[in-house]
Amino acid sequence: MSPTADAHRDRGTLAPATWTVPPLAATALSVGYRRRRRRRDTVVLAEQDLALPRGALTVLLGPNGSGKTTLLRTLVGMQPALAGTVALEGEPLERFSARERARRIAVVLTDPVDAGLLRVVDLVALGRHPRTRWDGRLTAQDHHVVAWALDAVGVGHLAHRPVPELSDGERQRVLIARALAQEPTVLLLDEPVAYVDVARRVDLLGLLRDLAHECGLSVLVTTHDVDLALRATDHVWLLMPDDEDGPARLRAGAPEDLALEGAVGAAFGTQTTTFDLTAGGFRTTSPPLARVRLHGTGAGAAWTERALRREGLDLADPGAPAAATVTVSEQPRRHWRLDAVEWSSDHDSLASLTATLRRLVPHLLTGAASPEDAQHHGLPQR
Amino acid sequence: MTLADAGLRPRGARRSLPPPASEPPAERARAPGHARVVVALIGLGALIAVGALASLALGSVRIPLAEVAAVLTGGEASREAWSTIVMDVRLPRTITAALAGAGLGVAGLGLQTLFRNPLAEPFVLGISAGASLGVAVVVLAVGTVGSTTLVAGLSALGSMGVASAAALGAGLVTALVLAVSRRVSSPATLLIIGLMVGYAVNALVTLLLQAGLGELSRVRAYIQWGFGSFDGTTWSQLQVLVPLVLVGLAVTWALTKALNALLLGDRYAASMGLAVRRTRTAIIGTSAVLAGAITAFCGPIAFIGIATPHLARGLLRTSDHRVLVPATALGGAVVGLGAGLVAGLPGSEQTLPLNAVTSLLGAPIVIMVLLRLRRSGQAVAA
Repeated sequence: MSPTADAHRDRGTLAPATWTVPPLAATALSVGYRRRRRRRDTVVLAEQDLALPRGALTVLLGPNGSGKTTLLRTLVGMQPALAGTVALEGEPLERFSARERARRIAVVLTDPVDAGLLRVVDLVALGRHPRTRWDGRLTAQDHHVVAWALDAVGVGHLAHRPVPELSDGERQRVLIARALAQEPTVLLLDEPVAYVDVARRVDLLGLLRDLAHECGLSVLVTTHDVDLALRATDHVWLLMPDDEDGPARLRAGAPEDLALEGAVGAAFGTQTTTFDLTAGGFRTTSPPLARVRLHGTGAGAAWTERALRREGLDLADPGAPAAATVTVSEQPRRHWRLDAVEWSSDHDSLASLTATLRRLVPHLLTGAASPEDAQHHGLPQR
Repeated sequence: MTLADAGLRPRGARRSLPPPASEPPAERARAPGHARVVVALIGLGALIAVGALASLALGSVRIPLAEVAAVLTGGEASREAWSTIVMDVRLPRTITAALAGAGLGVAGLGLQTLFRNPLAEPFVLGISAGASLGVAVVVLAVGTVGSTTLVAGLSALGSMGVASAAALGAGLVTALVLAVSRRVSSPATLLIIGLMVGYAVNALVTLLLQAGLGELSRVRAYIQWGFGSFDGTTWSQLQVLVPLVLVGLAVTWALTKALNALLLGDRYAASMGLAVRRTRTAIIGTSAVLAGAITAFCGPIAFIGIATPHLARGLLRTSDHRVLVPATALGGAVVGLGAGLVAGLPGSEQTLPLNAVTSLLGAPIVIMVLLRLRRSGQAVAA
């Protein structure tokens, strides 16, 4: 490691001055793949300035194929940049030896890990690699850090289990523990929640966020899970693909700002889906088959609305005409009443309600898009 | 952004990532497999002692252990011939068998981990094919001036000449594979290239064999070499073989940390600060020295290189090279001594081809070990 970087680090423990130096930053960074035979390089991201915030969780969000992994690999030096520089603690990344770099940056990759007959604790101990001497002997301090890393991600009880016996979620935590065992200041994770169920995704991101806040770690996570990114992160780097196959653009900001500014919708929207700012989720943009009036409150009404939307129906605004009316009653127990002209039925489940609606829809008028027509023909026509 | 972060956070300095050790975590350091490892290593050591003594005492003539001990401690046996047999035939044979087994096993272990392929061994990279070509050229093409019998044929150029040719052939093929490895990033691709080189070189050997058909004694000499044998190494040959094998074993021992890092795959290993390409060159080079030297003096011995690492993993139930390397070395020595003993057909004047013994006896044992492992799928993953 260069003396300057060392000086930075030593001062960093005392003087807040070094807090102005981002742990990982990029200047005019162009990311992509060099093509030997083609004339043009494949540029994923062009001339981008980046600064990873210290002690915070940042999510690198982008749709499939937008270049998240490529950017992440370039930031850790696993792939050369097309142009521009990456700086680690203010020093160009190339000035660090591989070992010194590994003491500052740890990664969790999407590469499948086939650890054979290793136990969890052995695998996590591999993370001590850049800090052990030539023969890899673990000191008491090494064992201590490994135990700490296991506990930090909540898998201390799995320490002696063979790695192949773990579930996907557990394995992901173990891989994070391995990265933590490197005692990095920067932790980069590529799609860490890809094989984890929704509830555990939130847990996992919460864990990473806690680690960032409590240990001063700078964490960067790539994902295409918009909902998760909006819900559980401090900062978002949003990769917005270019429509004409050019380099993507990157917007940085708080998740809510990016949503409000429409950037999330622009990055992820497709021809048939759009980002609903009010609901904070994506929905299809195809015109509704018909509009339905919904009476009811609480969870019953909320889930009924979801069921109706799933069937391609929209809710009628108050006072506007509707082709049918659905009433959710909670007493004596939850049931649904469906009223349309020449039709009336009671249902004890949303499955039964939607099945009936599906049969009725051809008769409900699609003209609901134009209210006058709907008012005129508000009835199922046989 | 980081300034704001610094201002907002009450703590001025980064908290130390793992909190300082409160107590020495002795419990986690001591693995539950620890006792198994100790017992296994001691057991293997004992087996080597037994095998070595048996190898010294048994053969076409049975020599009492007391006499063997007398000779080894610098005394004289009660019959002068026994002293000669022990010192000039059986001791070199025993040392050769133990070292060849250890060297081939450790070379196989390194390559299996490097290529993450349970079938990798020194000879799949074409190393043995190269050695065979060298020997074939010497024995078949260059000819052995004025000699017709097998023994004379080999001794005319001197067995040292055959060994040199084998080493040269192995070295050339290894150099070729290493040159290619600089341009190839995928271990699997490199493995296939090695296989292809091996096929091509073997084809050359076949051509030489066909050309040599006119002189059947030479073909027989070549085939005899191909059977493999621990017999017939002299002290002067051991002066070359012993240092080479010991250096190879020592270098592999020094590479345990790198081998462990490679368990997670090239990318993870690189992210932890390992110089992957340099390590790859070191592992291939070491394996080539080990396998090349052993093949030069003992012929192409199949099976030990591929099987011993699996036996060691099955015995120790771990993929941790810190114990696998010594266990494979010791286990290889046991296998070498055992195979040499059986091939020598104690009590008879006959001998069996070493290659037939290693494979015929060894294959069922390895299959049994693999089947007995609950997770045999993981067990073979290097």
